[in-house]
Amino acid sequence: MSLVNFTTREITCKIVYYGPGRSGKTTNLHYIYGRVPQERRGRMVSLATQTDRTLFFDFLPLDLGQISGFTTRFQLYTVPGQVYYNSTRKLVLQGADGVVFVADSQARQLDENIESLQNLQENLLGQGVDVRALPTILQYNKQDLPRELILAPADLDDALNFRSVPSHPGDALHGVGVFETLRGISELVLRRLAAGTPA
Amino acid sequence: MTTELNPRFTYDNFVVGQANRLAVTAGRTVAENPGSAYNPLFLYAASGLGKTHLLMAIGHGAKQLNPKLNVEYMTLDEFVEAFNAAVAQGQGDAFRRRFQGVDILLLDDVQFLTNRKEMQAELLRLTGALQTVGHQIVLTSDRPPAEIADLDERLIGRFSGGLVVDIGPPDYETRVAILRRKTEERGTTFQAGVLEVLASLNISNVRELLGGLNKLVAYQAVNESPLAPEEARQLLGVQAVGSGGGVGVVDSGRATAASQRGDEFAQFLSDVTTTVAKSVEAWRARVAEAIMRWEGEGYRTRRLEALLEEETPAAVDPAIAAFVADVEKLRELEAEVAAIDPQAAGDALFRDPGRLTEAEALAERVREGATPPPAPSPAFSLDGFASGPSNEVAVSAARALIKAPGKKYNPLVIVGKSGVGKTHLLHAIGNALGKRAKSVVACLSTPAFVDELISALEADRMTWWRARYRRVTALLLDDIHLLAGKDRTQEELFNLFNHLVDAERQLVFTSPVVPQALQGIESRIITRLEGGLVSELAEPDRDVRGTVLAKLIPAHRLEPDTALLDYLADRPVDSVRALTGLVQRVAEAAESRGVPANAGLAREVLEGRISRSSGQRRTAGLRTSGIVVSVAGGLRSREKVLWEWPDPNDRVIEEWG
Repeated sequence: MSLVNFTTREITCKIVYYGPGRSGKTTNLHYIYGRVPQERRGRMVSLATQTDRTLFFDFLPLDLGQISGFTTRFQLYTVPGQVYYNSTRKLVLQGADGVVFVADSQARQLDENIESLQNLQENLLGQGVDVRALPTILQYNKQDLPRELILAPADLDDALNFRSVPSHPGDALHGVGVFETLRGISELVLRRLAAGTPA
Repeated sequence: MTTELNPRFTYDNFVVGQANRLAVTAGRTVAENPGSAYNPLFLYAASGLGKTHLLMAIGHGAKQLNPKLNVEYMTLDEFVEAFNAAVAQGQGDAFRRRFQGVDILLLDDVQFLTNRKEMQAELLRLTGALQTVGHQIVLTSDRPPAEIADLDERLIGRFSGGLVVDIGPPDYETRVAILRRKTEERGTTFQAGVLEVLASLNISNVRELLGGLNKLVAYQAVNESPLAPEEARQLLGVQAVGSGGGVGVVDSGRATAASQRGDEFAQFLSDVTTTVAKSVEAWRARVAEAIMRWEGEGYRTRRLEALLEEETPAAVDPAIAAFVADVEKLRELEAEVAAIDPQAAGDALFRDPGRLTEAEALAERVREGATPPPAPSPAFSLDGFASGPSNEVAVSAARALIKAPGKKYNPLVIVGKSGVGKTHLLHAIGNALGKRAKSVVACLSTPAFVDELISALEADRMTWWRARYRRVTALLLDDIHLLAGKDRTQEELFNLFNHLVDAERQLVFTSPVVPQALQGIESRIITRLEGGLVSELAEPDRDVRGTVLAKLIPAHRLEPDTALLDYLADRPVDSVRALTGLVQRVAEAAESRGVPANAGLAREVLEGRISRSSGQRRTAGLRTSGIVVSVAGGLRSREKVLWEWPDPNDRVIEEWG
C-alpha cells in the first residue's frame, strides 16, 4: 500500500493496533468511533466472539476529507491478540504504515506484552519490514486500575520500550490517551511524507 | 514624497501558502534579478491579502542583496500628487528625470488610474523609459490590468507584458500559520485549538483575521485563565461569521464542522492537517519553487513537473540537484557555443535540461564547424627575415611583442614601401604568436578581410563573423590602407579593434605610409593605429641585401660567387623585391646563354651592356614564388594584382612611394 498517491492525490494511512489479547485495542477503536462525526467514519467492522475477543480483526475507516488538496483517509485495524491467530495478524500487518502497540499495564500481563512485542517484530521481519524505520508508538493501557495491580509508565518503558519510541499512558475505556496515541502515530506516519518517500 | 519601506514588511514575516506562493516566488526572483526576470511584475489581489506587504518585501529583498539599488515605493495617489505638484511648479521635467534614476519602482494600488488619462500617459511614458534601460517595475492592484476601468490599451499591454500574478485568499492552513506567527510576534500564547477556531471561520481577509486575533488577545489579557476553544468560539461566533460575507474559503465546511464539535477528533484533524500541510507541501513546494525559478530563467522544466506527477517521487532533492547541475552544464555549453557562433547559442536545446545529450551533440557540431580565421602563411618565419640597421627597430619590436603579446606594443603598425618585407614580417609574427598555447591567430590581407565580411553580410551571418574574430588571440592585417572607402568594414574593424585591445589581444597592421597619411580611413581608426607603435621598414641596407642575396643566389640555382654577391649587394635597390628581380634577370641571362652567372655577366645584364634576349621576353604575370613581375618591370605581390585597387592614390604610393 502506498501512503501517498500523487496521481490521484490521495493519502491513505494504514495504522495497526497490535498487542496481547485483552489489552484494549478494540476499545481504542470503539472510543475513536464514538468521537468521529458520522459523516467522517465508515462502518466499523468487528468480528468478535461471544466473549468479546477479536477473532479476526477490527477495521475502522476514517475519511478526513481534503487536506492540502489530498483526499486523506485513515484505516485503523486491530489484530487478534491471541497467540494462535498469528496468520491473521500477519495478514493485517501487511502494508501497515504505522503500528500502535497497546500494552496491558497489569503487572501480571508483562510476559504477554513482551511475547506479543516479540511476535510483532518477528512478523515484521518476516515481511521484510525494517522494524526501526516503521513508525511505532506504545500505549500503556489500563492505567486506571489500582496502582498495586499495574506497572507505572516508567517501568513499562524500561521493560518494553527499548527502542525509545513515543509512549502514552492510557485508559481506553474512558478515552484517556486514545486520541493522544492516534495523533502521535499519525504525526510519525505523516512526517514521512516530507521526504517524499512512500511507506 | 516617497514612502519609506516599512521595516516590518519583509519576507521573514510574510506567511507563504498555496494561494500566494507563486506571487512570492515571482517577487523573490524579481528582487534577485531586477529588470531581467519579469518586468513589469503585476500583482493583484483583493484587499487585505498582503499586496503592500509583498511589494515592500520585494524592495527590502532587493536592497538586502544590493544596498546600492535605488528603490522607490509609492502609492499611485502619492505618485499623482507628486506629479501634479511638480507640474504646478513647472518642474515636470525634473520629476521625470528623477524617476529615470530609480532602479526598482514599486507602485501600489494602480487601480486608481481609472479616469486619469493624463496620469496614464505619464505612467506609460515612465514605464517605457524605465523598461528601456532595464529598470524593474512592480505594480499592485486589486484587479488584473484588463479589468481596471478606462485604462489605456497600451498600458494594459505594458502591464501584462511581464508577469501578472494574483494572490488568492489564504486557505485554512495558511490562516492558522498566519495566526500562529502573529501570536508569536505579540509574545502571547493560546491554548491548543483556540487559533484553529478563528482560522476555521469564513474570514479570508487577513486584516479582518488579525482583528479577530486582537479580540482574542484582548479577552485573554483581562481574564485570569487562558481562553478555551469553546470560549473563543462564543466570543467570535456571531461577529466573525457576519463579516466573512461568503468569500470562498476552501476548507470552510470541514473546518467549521470540526470546530463546532470541538472534540478530540477535531483536534486530531487539525493536527493531521498541519502535519500534512507541512510535510506534503514541503517537498512539493521545493519542487514548485525550483520550477518557478528555472522557468523564470527560461529553462524547460518538464523534468521537474513530471516529479510532481510521479506516484513515488523517491528522491526529490537529488532530482532537483541533478536538474540544477544539468542547467549549469547547459550554461557552460551555451557560453562556449556563443563564443563560436552566437546564433547557434540561441538554440532552444540549450534551454532544455531534459535534452542535455542533444545539446552536447549540437555543441560538438558547432565546435567542429568552427572555421578558424585565416592563419599566417607558414612560409614566413622571423629567423628567415633578413635584418639590418634599416629594419632593426621593427624586428626588435616584433620580438618584444612575441614575448608579451597584447601587452607592450598594441597595435604594432609596420610601415614601409612596397617590397621591403612588411608582409613577411607580419606573417612571421603571426607564426610566432601561433606557437603559443591556445592561440588563435588571424593573419590575412585587408582585401580578404573585407571579402569575408561581405560574404557574412550576404549570408546574414554577421554575429557569426564577429564571434569568429572576437575570439582570436591576435589579429594581423596586411595592407590596412586598402580599407579606404570601406565604411562598413572600418566600422566593424573599429569595434573589433576596441574589443581585442581591451582583452589584451595583439593587433598588427602593415601600411605603405604612416597612419596619419592614410587616405579614406576614419580618423578614429587612424588615431588608434597611432596609439600603438608605428615602426618603419626602410629600404634594405647592405647587410640586409647581403643576407637576402645569400639565400636568393642558391635559390635561383646560381653558383655561390663572392664577387657576384658583392656586386649585387652593392647595387642600390629600394626593396627586397627589386633585389629579387635583379637576381632573376642574371639567372635568366646565364641560363639562356648557357654560361655560369658571375659578376661580369651581372654587370652586363644590369648595366645595359646587353639587351634582354627576345626569346625570353616575358609577358605580364610571370610568376616567381608569390611575386608577379609586370611588363614594366615593377613588382607587385600576387595578392595585390588580384585585388581590384580601389583608389588610384594607392597605386601611386605603391609604385612611387
